[in-house]
Amino acid sequence: MFEVSLGHYLTLGAIIFTIGIIGIFLNRKNVIVILMSIELILLAVNINLVSFSIFLQDLSGQIFTLFILTVAAAEAAIGLAIIVVYYRNAGTIRVEEIENLKG
Amino acid sequence: MLPHAIFFYFFSFVAIISAIMVTASKNTVHSVFFLILDFISISCLFIMIGAEFLGMIMLIVYVGAVAVLFLFVVMMLNVAQQKNQWFKSSETSTHIPVGLIVSLIIFFELIIVIGGWKYKPDIIKNFSDSLISNSTNTHTIGSVLYTEYIHLFQISGMILLVAMIGAIVLTFRKREGVKRQNYFSQISREKNQGVELVEVKSNEGVKIDV
Repeated sequence: MFEVSLGHYLTLGAIIFTIGIIGIFLNRKNVIVILMSIELILLAVNINLVSFSIFLQDLSGQIFTLFILTVAAAEAAIGLAIIVVYYRNAGTIRVEEIENLKG
Repeated sequence: MLPHAIFFYFFSFVAIISAIMVTASKNTVHSVFFLILDFISISCLFIMIGAEFLGMIMLIVYVGAVAVLFLFVVMMLNVAQQKNQWFKSSETSTHIPVGLIVSLIIFFELIIVIGGWKYKPDIIKNFSDSLISNSTNTHTIGSVLYTEYIHLFQISGMILLVAMIGAIVLTFRKREGVKRQNYFSQISREKNQGVELVEVKSNEGVKIDV
């Protein structure tokens, strides 16, 4: 209980990952919250990589966390730019009203 | 070990609660604030576990850049107040229990994997670049990142450059009635295009604006 092991960190990562997936599935508001949920998922992956890296005494996990950080920043920038363009064209970014592809 | 456990439970509790609030809060600005709180508590966990460099980079990149970018976009798009409730959707309410079931199944699968996971005890010897004990975390990351992973490092720089150019190209628009500089026409202007000799009649003046 009071010995924080690798399983504790992995469980924390699993919980945050699941919350991110729930946020994507159950989102009724706007697309920005979906992007924030994707950031949460990437954060959970980072927790897993860093805790494995620390507990296995291997540095590759932290290096890959650095690269995931880069990709997450690029993804946020591109996603927000797409959302701004879509809002300028369609006037809304509500999830229910984005139905151009009729999916 | 006890203070470590107490800090771990505190920070992870704050992280989980703020992650729930990110998805559940009605106001999008509040969601961004809880996202910032989540990033800060996770970076505190990173610093506590011994990855100081990643914790600090996380603070700088996520809180300083990404969350502020989210905040800018939320405030620019006027979507902060949405009247629609989270659970009480109007007619398309079938996918909410399905989404909950799928997410919970994913969660239990992850928990099963964590619970049944075991690594071989000699796996540590198999890794090439293990942590050097007598130098700092930042020093170790630098010594590996700039030697073995130099190509991945440069490619990640290229990814950031492409993302920056893509964001600029996506959001760029030409507006009518805005005077902007056109360097080519400004530089290639000749004397006979810029200067015009006009015969001015007395008591009439000349119209300057063309």
